[in-house]
Amino acid sequence: MSIGHYLVLSGVLFSIGAAGVFLRKNLITLLLSVEIMLNAVNLAFVAFGRQFGTVDGQIITFFVMTVAAAEAAVGLALVIGLFRHRESLNPEAFTSLKW
Amino acid sequence: MLFYIFAGAAVLGALLVVTQKNPVYSVLALIASFFGLSGLYVLLEAPFVAVVQIIIYAGAIMVLFLFTVMLLNVPREDAAEWDRAHPLYRPMAVRIGGALAILLALELGWALSRTAGLGGGVADEHPAVSSVAELGRVLFTDYMFAFEVTSILIIVAMVGAVVLAKKREE
Repeated sequence: MSIGHYLVLSGVLFSIGAAGVFLRKNLITLLLSVEIMLNAVNLAFVAFGRQFGTVDGQIITFFVMTVAAAEAAVGLALVIGLFRHRESLNPEAFTSLKW
Repeated sequence: MLFYIFAGAAVLGALLVVTQKNPVYSVLALIASFFGLSGLYVLLEAPFVAVVQIIIYAGAIMVLFLFTVMLLNVPREDAAEWDRAHPLYRPMAVRIGGALAILLALELGWALSRTAGLGGGVADEHPAVSSVAELGRVLFTDYMFAFEVTSILIIVAMVGAVVLAKKREE
């Protein structure tokens, strides 16, 4: 398989994730879509690392995974706090700061 | 051939995540998608990343998500709420969004057709670096600073999560 195959797959996954962020109205699904996008980027990193025979792509993938774990922990804590506050997970319920 | 099987699993899982109404099913579909991606990492001769993908992503992060979904007893998104008055269902939004999506696809196709060196396989030019020893060596020498900063990030995230999720005593 050529690098092009992996890049197209990565782009497709990223687009699905981005569409999920825009289309869904559930904070949990929004966070899951962000995870899909991070994984699409990971795939591109590893594919490029393999193409150029270096180990850097895999290492950056580990950093992305760490950031994803931190993001999930803080994001879910925020979701719990918001749910306690409004009893809803619809982002449109949290528009008090909107001008 | 294996590439298409794993890629299909990853894309199908991702599509299910975005289309399912029930968050529990979304999380389970995302785990399936991660298994597909893990297979792709094996094909790219990065077995350690593949294993970490399963253990950390499917094993830890997704369990955290599932735990939260169950804890909150999240109501499923009603179909009515989903259909009614969503700004993306306005005709103008559909037209502009569709045009931009087609433009993006055309640009991607153009860029890929114009870029040289895409024909050969990924494994043609350089030997794979897949030993965990080499990975660890580079991680603890060249990426030492980033590694240490990551530990600070994790501590901040841990403390932040506890502070945010704690019940206020008033």
